[in-house]
Formats: sequence, structure tokens, C-alpha cells
Amino acid sequence: MILLQCLLLLGLIVCAASLPFIKRLLTTAIVFMAYSSIMAILWVMLESPDLAITEAAVGAGVTTVLFITTLSRIRELKGVDDDDRT
Amino acid sequence: MTEPNGRFSQWLRGETDLFDEARSLILNQDGVPPADPPKKKPKRRKTGAMLHRRYTMFHILFVTSCILLLALLLSAVMDLPTFGDPYAPSSNEVSDRYVADGLEETGALNAVAGMILDYRAFDTFGESTVLFAAAISVLFLLQHRTDSHRHAFAPVTTNENDLILQTAVRISFPFILMFGSYVVLNGHLSPGGGFSGGAVLGAGLILYGAAFGREGLSEKLPPERTSRITVICLLIYAALKCFSFFTGANHMAIEIPKGIPGAILSSGFILPLNICVGIIVACTIFNFFLLITEGDD
Repeated sequence: MILLQCLLLLGLIVCAASLPFIKRLLTTAIVFMAYSSIMAILWVMLESPDLAITEAAVGAGVTTVLFITTLSRIRELKGVDDDDRT
Repeated sequence: MTEPNGRFSQWLRGETDLFDEARSLILNQDGVPPADPPKKKPKRRKTGAMLHRRYTMFHILFVTSCILLLALLLSAVMDLPTFGDPYAPSSNEVSDRYVADGLEETGALNAVAGMILDYRAFDTFGESTVLFAAAISVLFLLQHRTDSHRHAFAPVTTNENDLILQTAVRISFPFILMFGSYVVLNGHLSPGGGFSGGAVLGAGLILYGAAFGREGLSEKLPPERTSRITVICLLIYAALKCFSFFTGANHMAIEIPKGIPGAILSSGFILPLNICVGIIVACTIFNFFLLITEGDD
């Protein structure tokens, strides 16, 4: 259990530290979502399941959806589609 | 009368462009001399180098201030009481009272719900109002997009029928809604409550809207209607809480029946308050999605 917690905390730090170095905004949104998901698991381990539900729904779900809709609104995802085609 | 020969008066007469120099400076930050007027070349290169130096200076200052702030905050953290310290200011008689008498006084098995919706309901009402004000300002910014602006944005949802997404949503949508309603309705018995359950419900609605297009949902739940539902729920919340405050702040005059702890209809006002908060959060989240994707259909 301790090992798993350490791994999750390490993942948290890696997610947070890698954010400023990512150029593509879609990747940033997805890393942000990963951060929230790891945090939700950690909340369960810290015995606060209500925070875990909120974190998973708001942090990983709604915020990411709103980020991605906004990105596609400002045509930021266009380059991603081009990459997929090549 | 002699003609003034400063750069500004030259620009006034239409001979030079003041902004041209600035523009070429920006384009030549790395000190590459611009191609036009050769007599101004050395001057421009000098300014470009200065700009480059300033740019480096800005980076150094930025990193230094970040490190200073980090040191300041870390030293502040070192001064905090250690975890579980019995003499810390936060471990006073209030938490003992919550643990010992919470179930009897609020009737809620979930101590967190009893705390935030009974003992500290006034704080929670202030928080909901702040959230509502923030949501209203976002709605205000998003709603007043005119038709000419609307076409400047790319559409978000496509009308392509994605079979995998639609099938997955068709299977999981009822369960998401059921889980959200469960979390809202059992907020006083089990972990969760209005905010988390409402966020789950809102996320489920967004998922449905993203898979099947927003037309069907926005007909049933247009932004005007969700805003109206939100306002009605906030007013109900305010009325329920005002009842508590005006009847003596501690329910002294009129006792609200608490019910048997553990039953779904128990713990006084916590269940209706949870339902109100859940509807507010779900409607607000879904409203954001509707307004951002507005004009796709």
C-alpha cells in the first residue's frame, strides 16, 4: 500500500512538473486530467471518499470537457487532426 | 516659420511610419539587421541587442522571484503545527463537539454533511452565492455573442454519427444519472452530497450532449430554463436556511423532526438542501457546456 501511495505521489509530481514544458495545449489538458484522476485515488486512500467523488467528477470530468470544447472552439485542435491524417 | 523635423511631425505629415520601426524590432529580436533603410542599420541592431538583453534579464528576474517566493512559502509551511499536534489551534473543543454530539444534533450519519449543511450552513450558503455569481458572470460573457462573432469560432460537436461513442453513452448514461441521484439523495447517510452528485449529473448530461449532438438536449433544457431552475433552487435554499436563522439560529422555537438516523427521510433540512445544491451544480455545469457549444447546430 505504501509503495502504491509513493508511486501515485511520484506520478502527481511528474504530472505537475511536466505541465510547463508541454507545448501542445491538448496534451496539457490531458495531463491535467491525469493529475486529477491520481488525486482522486489518493483521496480514497486518505479516507475522504466524498472529496474523491468531487475530484473525479469536476477535476477529471467536467474541467477537461470544458477545456477541450474551448480548445476546439478556438481551433487549437486543428493541428492535432492534421497529425492524425499524416 | 520652419517646418518641425521630429519623428512625430514626420509621421503626422505621412512621411514615415512610427510603428514600422517597432514592428521590425519585434521581428528581429535575435539581432538580424532588417532589410530596409541601410543608413539606420547600426542604430537598429543596437536597439535589438538591448531588447535581447532585456529579454534575458526578464528571464533571470522571473526565475529569481519564483525561487524567492518558493523559499518564503516553504519557510511559512515549516512554521505550521505538525500533523496531529494536540496543541494546534485547529484541534479545539469544536471538533470534539462535532464528533460527540453531531449525530444527535443534526441527525446525519455523514458527519461532513451535518457540518457543512447544519452547523455551518450559513458559510455554505455564502459559498453557493459566490459560485452562482461566478457562473452568472461566465454566462453573461458567453451569452452575448452576436451572430457575426458566432461564425468566427469553429464548431465543437460534429454531426458525424460515432457508433462506438453513441453505444457506450447509451449503455452508461442511465447508470451515471442513477449514481449522481444516489449521491445527492444519500448525502446525509453516505459520502458525497449535493455538490459531488450534482457534478456527476452535470458530467453525465454533457456526455449525452457530446455524443448525440446538443440539439435534443438544448430543446428540453435551454439555458434560460436551467438558469430559472438554478435561481428557484437558490431561493428555496435561502428560504430553508432563513427559517433556521429567524427561528433562533439553533432551531429552538420550532423543532424540525430529525427522524431516525439512517433512514432516507431524516436529519431535518439536510436532504432538501442537498437536492437544491445538486440541481444548482448540475444545471450550472450543463449550462456552461450549452453556451460554449452554442451555434453548432
